[in-house]
Amino acid sequence: MKTYLPIFVVVAVLALVPFVTASNVVLNFLVVTLLIALAGQGWNLLGGYGGQYSFGHAAFFGTGAYVTAILQVQYGINAWFGLLIGIAAGALVGIVIGALSFRWGLRGSYFSLVTLAFAEVLRIVASVAPITGAGVGTLIKLDLRPEAFQFQSRAPFYWIALGLVGLSLIVVRGIENSRFGAYLVAIRENEDAARALGVDTFSVKLAAMIVSAAITAAAGCFYAQYFLFLDAAIAYGTWISIDALLAPIVGGVGTLFGPLLGALIIKMLGESTKLVTGGAPGLDLAIYGLLLIAVVGLAPRGIAGLLSALVPRRFRPPSVPEHHHG
Amino acid sequence: MLSPVILVPALLNGLMTGAIYALIALGLTLIYGVLHIINFAHGTLLTAAMFAAFFAYALVGLDPYLAVLIIAPLFFLIGYGLQRFIIGPTAHGEDRNYLLVTLGLAIIIENLLLYVFRADTRTINLPYAFDVIEIGTAFLAVPRVIAFVAVLVVASVLWIFMQWTDTGKAIRAVAKEKLGAELAGIDVAHIHAVTFGLGTACVAIAACLLIPTYYVNPTAGDAFVLIAFTIVVLGGMGSILGALVGGLFVGVVESFSSMFLGQSLGQIGIFVMFIVMLLVRPSGLFGEQA
Amino acid sequence: MAEMLLRIYAISKRFGGLLAVDKASFNVRPGRITALIGPNGAGKTTLFAIISGFLTPDEGRIVYDGADITGAAPHMLARRGIARTFQIVQPFAGLTVRENIAVGAHLARPNRVDALAAAGEVAYAVGLGTQLEQSAATLTVAGRKRLELARALATKPRLVLLDEVLAGLNPSEIRDMVPVIRKIADWGVTILMIEHVMQAVMTLAEQVLVLAEGRIIAEGTPQQVAADRQVIEAYLGHGAAARMISGAGHG
Repeated sequence: MKTYLPIFVVVAVLALVPFVTASNVVLNFLVVTLLIALAGQGWNLLGGYGGQYSFGHAAFFGTGAYVTAILQVQYGINAWFGLLIGIAAGALVGIVIGALSFRWGLRGSYFSLVTLAFAEVLRIVASVAPITGAGVGTLIKLDLRPEAFQFQSRAPFYWIALGLVGLSLIVVRGIENSRFGAYLVAIRENEDAARALGVDTFSVKLAAMIVSAAITAAAGCFYAQYFLFLDAAIAYGTWISIDALLAPIVGGVGTLFGPLLGALIIKMLGESTKLVTGGAPGLDLAIYGLLLIAVVGLAPRGIAGLLSALVPRRFRPPSVPEHHHG
Repeated sequence: MLSPVILVPALLNGLMTGAIYALIALGLTLIYGVLHIINFAHGTLLTAAMFAAFFAYALVGLDPYLAVLIIAPLFFLIGYGLQRFIIGPTAHGEDRNYLLVTLGLAIIIENLLLYVFRADTRTINLPYAFDVIEIGTAFLAVPRVIAFVAVLVVASVLWIFMQWTDTGKAIRAVAKEKLGAELAGIDVAHIHAVTFGLGTACVAIAACLLIPTYYVNPTAGDAFVLIAFTIVVLGGMGSILGALVGGLFVGVVESFSSMFLGQSLGQIGIFVMFIVMLLVRPSGLFGEQA
Repeated sequence: MAEMLLRIYAISKRFGGLLAVDKASFNVRPGRITALIGPNGAGKTTLFAIISGFLTPDEGRIVYDGADITGAAPHMLARRGIARTFQIVQPFAGLTVRENIAVGAHLARPNRVDALAAAGEVAYAVGLGTQLEQSAATLTVAGRKRLELARALATKPRLVLLDEVLAGLNPSEIRDMVPVIRKIADWGVTILMIEHVMQAVMTLAEQVLVLAEGRIIAEGTPQQVAADRQVIEAYLGHGAAARMISGAGHG
């Protein structure tokens, strides 16, 4: 299908990177970037397309990560199967938070606050619950076999992360071209008008929340396998909630490639700041904050918006044949 | 176990802690009530003020209760400038943008503090920090009693300011009817910035009251953010009285729940209350009033 | 008595101390244009919000097409064929005209391509055909009113509630819009419209309902209503009818 072509091109080009360089530093950087892009893709579906700004996507990321890890460590369940369960668990958390918030009609800032609070509750629970290893954290045993979702080199991890991002791009593009997607955007633009036109806003928002949570949870599952260590501050920490919203907002909120573009920009910026300042903590993140304010103030449609303002207006799909006036 | 010997001190200690919460929430609710902004930078501004109070003592030996006379006006100016020159112009009047811009500010402030001061936790040792006052069966630390009284004074002064001064009246006018206030010749951008400055000054006072008995590190203020949000929601967004009563209430709830659940899990009580409050009664117990 | 499409039974709605709608009862016949008129603050928009499910009445019942729909959610009513426009236009500002209308068209057409195509047809019918790919935010007031209408029509309604679609238009824009409304009625869509532009009410409506202080005070053809003593007083104040009638007597 023509509308999916850009996705295949982008993914195919990115897939070539490990053939160009074997540098662990480069691949590691790109894996982390893809991870943020994936988490951001999840946020972007709900926040960018649906207009529901979550400040607590760590709730889904952390759940995906912990479920994948705990199933292996505590129950000896295969990591690949754990990945699927982790995604499902993230989606389930999405159902709970979404059902509660949307049933009570929380909008705007209230929704942001309540998602933040849910993530914090999970973080506190995870920091004391024995099953997560509480303060010590959870360590996944080293087992460098593909069957165990662990690899000797970074390249396979990179391709898997890329595959997950590609899959999420296809899912989101599919939604863009569907009635569900049109309804979601309509809710973002004007919820009352959408209701008047027959949109069941509760169900649409909830569905978006579930898919969004599942995508971000997938990023969490991948994180667990890649780093093999989790604690409450990593899994449910505010860093991922912020990265997940920063990437799409910087890249272009509510656009297909916004999260990927934004993740690349913020990670490059973060890494180069670290290089310049010699790795002192803080400045790289301070730059993120600066970037967030700059984008909101100067380029509300993100970098993607800036780019499309520079190049000539995109060719629109051909119009439907003309009809006679009444 | 539930004898008054345990419960009364828990109650009094809860009230003492709650007073500080109330003051932080007061700043937040003031900003919300007038600008309709949820200020995510509130907690990091608290941290910054705590650092200011810390260094005032550590470097110059200035007692926090005297330093407040400098730090509060300083943070008023900082808050004024932030709203006037950064938040206001970049948010383009959109709700979501305010969220993002103040979130961006929070990230910047917190990480600059981290960069400059590292993650070290610092405390100051005031000579009278461990003095206690005996009330019935309870022993209360002197700094906490001072804080409790100070908060009541600050809240009263703020209330009088809002009721009786021209600026206070202008703030209330802007809160109620922005367009009307603008037509009546009130400089809305200025009033917004003044309000943000007042909210930030509240946090600066809270920092000076906290530092004698608390510690400071670059994330020290974070612990208070959600608590302050809870109080604001509980007391009704924008209500001064609500923030005061809500703060005391939350302090007591926390005191009791950490007594029964332990320190770290005790925090959950607040978040659960927060979520329930948001879901069930977003307008708060005291309704919407400026 | 002909089958009624919509029956309103003693609907009341209170906001705090204010009784916005006070036991209003009326019927709407299928395939006709019914106008709901009344002075400002009479409760017309509240009544619309109740019929379209945005507000729940405190008392009374609404029967649509033989079924009780009191308290049903707006999207359920839209699916049953009740569409509405908003007095204060509510475009999806970030979308194009075609995408706006397609949201309505999706109600009957799950497929994106079908909905976008159908949106084009509806746009031509209301005179937005040349602005299909334009952003809704760039439309003039008249354009936005047409867009409200187009989106509602795209849901293929049996009953449309038009809340002041002529308000804010200049005389020539009104002249352009009136035939559009008549055309919609000619398709067999029942129209209930709130309107302040009396000239349009007189030419379009077959039946007029007059709401004042939350109650229906008169009902009939435009001519009957225009001559009604109570109606004149409701609009122009106490004693106005007597003055007008005596004035007419002299003329």
